Order: sequence, then structure tokens, then C-alpha cells
Amino acid sequence: MKSLKSRYNIDNWLTYGLVIFAYIVMRILIANGKVSFALQGQLVPITVYIVMAVSLNLTVGVLGELSLGHAGFMSVGAFSGAISATLLELSVRTTLPAWMRLALAMIIGGIVAGFFGFLIGIPVLRLEGDYLAIVTLAFGEIIKNVINVIYIGYDANGIRISTESANALNLGENGKIILSGPMGAIGITKISTFTAGFILILITLFIVLNLINSRAGRAIKAVRDNKIAAESVGISTWKYRMMAFVTSAALAGAAGALYALNYSTVVARKFDFNTSILVLVFVVLGRMGNIRGSIIAATVLTVLPELLRTFNEVRMLVYAVILILVMLVRNNTTLQHLYQRIVTKLRYDRPPAEEGDEA
Amino acid sequence: MNRTTTKTKMVPLPSQSIIPERDTAKTPILEVHRLGINFGGLVAVDDFNIAVGRTEICGLIGPNGAGKTTIFNLLTKVYKPTSGAILLDGKDTSNMNTVQINQAGIARTFQNIRLFPSLSVEDNVKIGLHNQVKYSMISGVLRLPVFFSSERRARERAMELLDIFDMTHLASHRAGSLPYGAQRRLEFIRALATNPKLLLLDEPAAGMNPSETEELMSNIEKIRDQFQIAIMLIEHDMRLVMGICEGIAVLNYGKIIAKGTPEEIQSNPLVIEAYLGKKNGRLSC
Repeated sequence: MKSLKSRYNIDNWLTYGLVIFAYIVMRILIANGKVSFALQGQLVPITVYIVMAVSLNLTVGVLGELSLGHAGFMSVGAFSGAISATLLELSVRTTLPAWMRLALAMIIGGIVAGFFGFLIGIPVLRLEGDYLAIVTLAFGEIIKNVINVIYIGYDANGIRISTESANALNLGENGKIILSGPMGAIGITKISTFTAGFILILITLFIVLNLINSRAGRAIKAVRDNKIAAESVGISTWKYRMMAFVTSAALAGAAGALYALNYSTVVARKFDFNTSILVLVFVVLGRMGNIRGSIIAATVLTVLPELLRTFNEVRMLVYAVILILVMLVRNNTTLQHLYQRIVTKLRYDRPPAEEGDEA
Repeated sequence: MNRTTTKTKMVPLPSQSIIPERDTAKTPILEVHRLGINFGGLVAVDDFNIAVGRTEICGLIGPNGAGKTTIFNLLTKVYKPTSGAILLDGKDTSNMNTVQINQAGIARTFQNIRLFPSLSVEDNVKIGLHNQVKYSMISGVLRLPVFFSSERRARERAMELLDIFDMTHLASHRAGSLPYGAQRRLEFIRALATNPKLLLLDEPAAGMNPSETEELMSNIEKIRDQFQIAIMLIEHDMRLVMGICEGIAVLNYGKIIAKGTPEEIQSNPLVIEAYLGKKNGRLSC
């Protein structure tokens, strides 16, 4: 079997294998008490950032559109997930097990973020390139500021929503504030687990990799490579750009829900422009369109600040220097040619001898 | 309603004379009435009329900048016409966009090749089969049985199509890494994969050597016979145009200056003037 398809399959299994292997190794290390407390606290965020990076790669790498508002979708998912998890806990008489609440919260987070992705996609996907990037950036900021003025409470009479202050909710006795404007979602029960993150990564990989290697994925890549040609063969560019954008947003929403339920409080400030850029850095460092690269980059760059603790106050400086060095190495033409040669050899049959335009 | 009135009222077009006799029994695959487009003040195409028979190979020639590619862009709705009507298979296309035009039966290639360079040759053809072999996004993600059966069908069909141009051995190559001639052929195959009734070829022989052109000519005729489709082509290579086209329209400054069989075109003084200029600086019109 020398076909391109079988190579893609091997590639995909390698990615799944890597994730499963890493999970098992971590589980063994934790069982033997070899993992520091600080790193254990990083496990759920790592899985969240992996899902974020893989989902953003669908927009940036596969669809080829630069989105700077990915944290906005994470935010939507985080708050809708946190709110629904708290509500489930407060309102449902027969208490659901924690894993079921978590799963429901992630599904709700994903659906709400996907819906927002669709709404935002309507104006955004009329644009291309830099303009699209700027508008997604703006949407990320808008979502953050909108959440900052929403107050949600729950008491015996049900859910109350206000846009003024926590007092305006007029909660009755035993009432509980769930979302308190700039204070964020409070009183969250921490139910996220490393295993849940691991399962979410597998689901994300399943969706993204299967999507990429299907009819719809080919259409998305066709739109990326040449919009005019894609339309000329009867592919609706709007439909497939929207499909990639919404899928990406929904996965980010599920990751956001997992992230929020890992803390007792979560504020909208957390999901700002810096987070969007951080995730974009994972995607770029892992190489656009390369899913496995995103996973590795997200893991390494999330762990790195912890590993650099020995540098104390210059820690973030060292982090930045490492990022710059990696970028320089990545953009080194000699190394790039070497990499290209290896990849071409692995992935494609040798091109015919007479060509020479792919310099 | 509007359509039927135009059809019944339709006066014999000058272009109808160039439809091959075997196609006259059926309605022409393409009828263009008084098509025009202005870009600002520039009249790029004006009063363009043509009818193309169902299995006709029709040529569109003219000096550089005459508006030939603009006509292809109008037919495929890359540009919206300022005036005129385009009837495809007797149906009005004025409300269709590029995607719907392709689904209705017009496929095209581009003067400056537009492949999907980062994808494999096979995937390029499969993308052409997008509306021929269908299954939903969900069944693709969940890998339902329909995914496997459809993918197998798409692969088989892609290979059949690639075989027409002896390109099956290139199936797993990256499209962008192919030599120029092979890229042109791949674009041709991709257009053919969309199952068109009318195929528009924009300079299919550009950059080809005489023997490659010879091969292309026989391939174009072979495809017309095998698929029973109409082919309209823009080409500067007169050997190709005069060799395989049954009807030819000559365009200059956005206007048709001559229409007819290759023999008629070759002896038309207006055509000679458009290509070679005026004799002794004297105006002939």
C-alpha cells in the first residue's frame, strides 16, 4: 500500500497513538507519585490548550483564515458550561454524577459556542485575510465585555438575569449568584478531570481528522487553496468556510467548559486577546495544518513556564527567548528545505524530474 | 413565461448557421443574446451573440485584450453581465451564481492554471467530483458505511478520468509539483469530473509544444465523442483552432467581428485586419 490515503491513515494513527501513550505515561507517573503538584495542576489546562490548538488549526491551517478571536469562543463555552453545570447541580433534584454534569456542560458549551460561531461567521466570513483577522479580534473583545456586564442568579423562583448589578437580581433566601459580571462565574464545583480532558482530545481528534479526510474536508482545503477554482467546480465557499469555522468554535467551546470547571471561579478577563494569541502561537509553532504539531506545541509551551520556575522573575523573559529561538530555527531556510524534503519524501511520491517550481 | 416568449419570438440568429447540422434537431446547449459588460466606462464586451450546439467544438479567438476570457467569466458568473441573457440548455441563468452555473452544467479551465496545488492529483479530481459523489459531513466524520462506499466510488471515477490523459501514475503526486503540461491536463480532468454539458477551455494549449498540442487536439475530440458534450475554447494556436473547431467566433475590442466555419474565418478580411492590421494604413470599413 503506497497510496497517499494509507499514509494519511498511518499519520492519523500516529497522532492518536501519541496522545494515548502520553496519557498512559502520565497516569503511571502520577500513580507512582513522580509528578509534582504544580504539574498535576497543569494537566487539565494542557488538555484544554491542546483542544484549543487543534480546533484553531482547523480554521487557520486547514481553512487558511487567520482567526484572532478563538479565546472568545472558549469564553462563550466556559461561561455557558460553568453556568449550566452549576444550574444542574442546584436545580436537578436527583443529583447527577459529576462526570455526567461535566459531559453535559461540555456539550452545552460546545453547542452555544458553535451557535455563536455561526452568528459571528455570518458577517466575518464575508471578509478575507487581514480584515477577517481584525474582525475576529474585535468579536473576541466584544464577547469578553458583554460577559462582564451579565449577572445571573438562581433561587427558589428560578433563574434571574440582570445587566446592572448582583443586587438587581433580587435573589430570595438561599439564592445563589452564578455569574457576577466582572467577578465572573463564581461558586463552581471543580469537576474537570485529566481523564475527561483526555477523552475530549480524542473526540476532537476524531472529529477534526475525520473531517479533514472526507468530502467536506477536501472542499474546505479546496477553498483554502483557490476560492475561484473551488466555486468553478461547484463548491459553495460560504458553506464550507462556515462549516470549518463553526466546528472550530464548537470545539473551543467544549474546551472552555472543561477549563472553567477546573476552577472555583472563572473571569472573562482570562479569555482575552493574549489567550487567542497564545493558542495561535501553538498552531504556528506546530506548523499550520499539522494537527500533531499543534498537540506537541500546546503541551510543551504550557509546561515550559512551569519548568522555567528556577529562573524566578526572568522566567517569562526566558520563555520569550525560547519562543524566538524556535521561530528562528523554524524559519531557517536550510532547515526548512531539509524538512520539506523529508516530508515530501514521506508523504508524496517523487515529483517528475523535469519540474522545478516548488522552490 | 418570459423565457417562452423570447423563445417563440426568437429571430434566426446569425450564429445559428454555425451549429453543426447533427445538432440542429435539439435546442443549442448555450444561447447567448446581446451579452454585454462595462467596467466603469470601459465596454469590455458588447452585443455578444452566440449559439453552441450540443456536441459542437466551438472556438473563440481574437487578439489579446479582445474580451475572450471576460466572456468565459460572464458565462460562469464570475462577473455579472450588465446586459443580455444567457440560456443554458434553454434555461435562463440570470439568477445563478458561479456554483449553480457549474451544477447546471458549465465547467471551465483557467488561463492561468488554478489547481489546488497543495493537494494530491487524486484529491483535485475528487474535488471535481464533489457534486457527483455525495455524502454528508456527519457521515464523513462518523465514518458511516456510506463514507466508505462513496469514497471508493469517487476513487474509481477519479482513476477512470485520470486514465483518459494517462495520468493515473501521477495520482498521489502533489498537484503543484506537476510539470506545466500535466497541470493543464489535470485542470481539464477536474472540469470534466463535474459532469458538464458545456466545457469552457481557456487556452488549453498554452505552453505546449507541437506534439503535445497534437495530442491535446485528439483528446479534445475524443472527450467530445465519448461524453457527448459541447466544448468552447479560447486559443491562440491557430493550428488547433482551425483543426478541431467546427464554428469559430472572432472577437475584437469586445465585439464579434466574424463568425463562421474555419474556412470562412481564414478568408475574412476583417479577421485578417484585426490580427495583422490595416493594409497600407487604409481603412477597410
